[in-house]
Amino acid sequence: MTYIGKLGKLQVSEKNLGYFLVIPALAVVAVMAFWPTLAAFWMSLHDISLIFRTNRFIGLENFRTMAGDPGFRNALHNTVYFTAVSVALEALLGLVMALVMNGAFRGRGAVRASVLVPWAIPTVVTSTMWKWIFNTDYGLLNFLLKRFHIVSTYLNWLGDGKLAMGCAIMADVWKTTPFIALILLAGLQTISHDLYEAAMIDGANWWQRFTRIMLPLLLPIGLVAVLLRTLDAFRVFALIFVLTGGGPADATEVLSTYTYKVLFSTSNFGYGSALAVSMFISVAIISLVFLNFIRLGSRSS
Amino acid sequence: MRFSRNTQDWLSRGAFYFLVFLIVLGCVGPFAWQIITSIKPARELTTLPPLLPSQVTVEHYIRVFERPFGKYIMNSVIVASATTVFCLVVGSFAAYALGRLRMKGKMIILSMVLAVSMFPEIAIVSPLYIVMRNLRLLNTYPALILPYTTFAMPLTLWILTSFFREIPAELEEAAKIDGCSPLQAFWKVILPIAAPGMFTTAILVFIAAWNEFLFALTFTKTIQAQTIPVGIAMLPTMYHVPWGSIAAASVIVTIPLIILVLVFQRRIISGLTAGAVKG
Repeated sequence: MTYIGKLGKLQVSEKNLGYFLVIPALAVVAVMAFWPTLAAFWMSLHDISLIFRTNRFIGLENFRTMAGDPGFRNALHNTVYFTAVSVALEALLGLVMALVMNGAFRGRGAVRASVLVPWAIPTVVTSTMWKWIFNTDYGLLNFLLKRFHIVSTYLNWLGDGKLAMGCAIMADVWKTTPFIALILLAGLQTISHDLYEAAMIDGANWWQRFTRIMLPLLLPIGLVAVLLRTLDAFRVFALIFVLTGGGPADATEVLSTYTYKVLFSTSNFGYGSALAVSMFISVAIISLVFLNFIRLGSRSS
Repeated sequence: MRFSRNTQDWLSRGAFYFLVFLIVLGCVGPFAWQIITSIKPARELTTLPPLLPSQVTVEHYIRVFERPFGKYIMNSVIVASATTVFCLVVGSFAAYALGRLRMKGKMIILSMVLAVSMFPEIAIVSPLYIVMRNLRLLNTYPALILPYTTFAMPLTLWILTSFFREIPAELEEAAKIDGCSPLQAFWKVILPIAAPGMFTTAILVFIAAWNEFLFALTFTKTIQAQTIPVGIAMLPTMYHVPWGSIAAASVIVTIPLIILVLVFQRRIISGLTAGAVKG
């Protein structure tokens, strides 16, 4: 082995130096992420209450409770709905925004900068901001809708179970579409211009160029962006917690907010951990499915 | 109806610019409304119209600072800065090893760390809460800095590793021929070249830490360590605060970020997209 590095008085090989440098980062991740995950799995098999100071092994009992818990089923349903609708809208709008920003026009830099504004705003601020816009009596939304004769009476956006979820989705779409748009834009810019020109010489119109060249080449990156957004939407917390608190009547309760309430309102840490574990497993499954798609996509192209 | 080629051209350009206008209005509009709300006299908050304030007032901003809002800002600055520094120090060593040194298991290490970015934070809150409680760390800065550093680590490694990898190997070899050890080469050659990458990472980590809510809500209990997002979320419930103050508070919290984003627009976009496009 050739000794090429000097670390204090120690002679170290390049390989060992590498491990030495990686250890601190790995240690942080192991202690603050991997270990707690395992601990959460372990806690999910227990009956733990911080109030009554109980800690009893009960096997899979918590998961059996979960299967019959209407609160959990409602939260799961809401989470899947929120994720599916938000991400679909974001992908669609993000694509439109990316196509617009990909054009050469004056003030493109300013447009790109303005697109970053929603992304940079803290989620809590996003929620309070939209809460004000959705306000029944003084909100901008009701005012504008009535002004343009789209509604005749003010709607109770956040107080109506049927409307509240739409409001949450709208706030989420506003905040995170720019992220998808920027990633798709970066993808668009990696597509060589020669391809379009060749297609134009062959007589392809705009739509054909869009569907035959742009979309297929954009697919791998698009899938990565959609995966990241799906995972984020699935674990949405702050946006809902501040905007509606899960209400009205649990209409916007999602898995994160439900788990949080079980953990810190009832301090039922065993059952709360079981809920958390179910989220962890769902997220892992979503990732695996997507990663498979991404691998297939990149192999075929 | 048939249009001449010129008119068609003109129409499609008009439609295009209308779309551009809609995008900008959609992105900036809601926050602009928050700014307008924050400078409206209190009595005009509960009436629409007028949309625009009849006179500009700073009363809400003064009101906000009558509450201990400065302390929230202090806490956020300390926590986000410390997180950024830790991430850069720990992350740049690791990224150097992963990007430039010959070693086995790179892919395993990278994918393990990347897996963390997919963790639902709520899944680890319960065990961490108990540990923090037992170590008496609840309501302290480390209770936030430690998990923030962990969750920003994937982003840090992702960006820095790709930055380090792109630096030409010849530079480092030249340094080694001149008698530098790998660590010296890292310090004297790689780091200065990678400075833009470090800077990009720093901005993204800082913004992420500044905006985080779940851990801050769970691991801090009083103004001693609570950060701004928690402060804003608590404003309405704790003090029954009017909307003007909430709007003012959210503008104060957001303006530094917006300035940061506008000034370093290019770096942020390249940082955000680096992972997705290259990975």
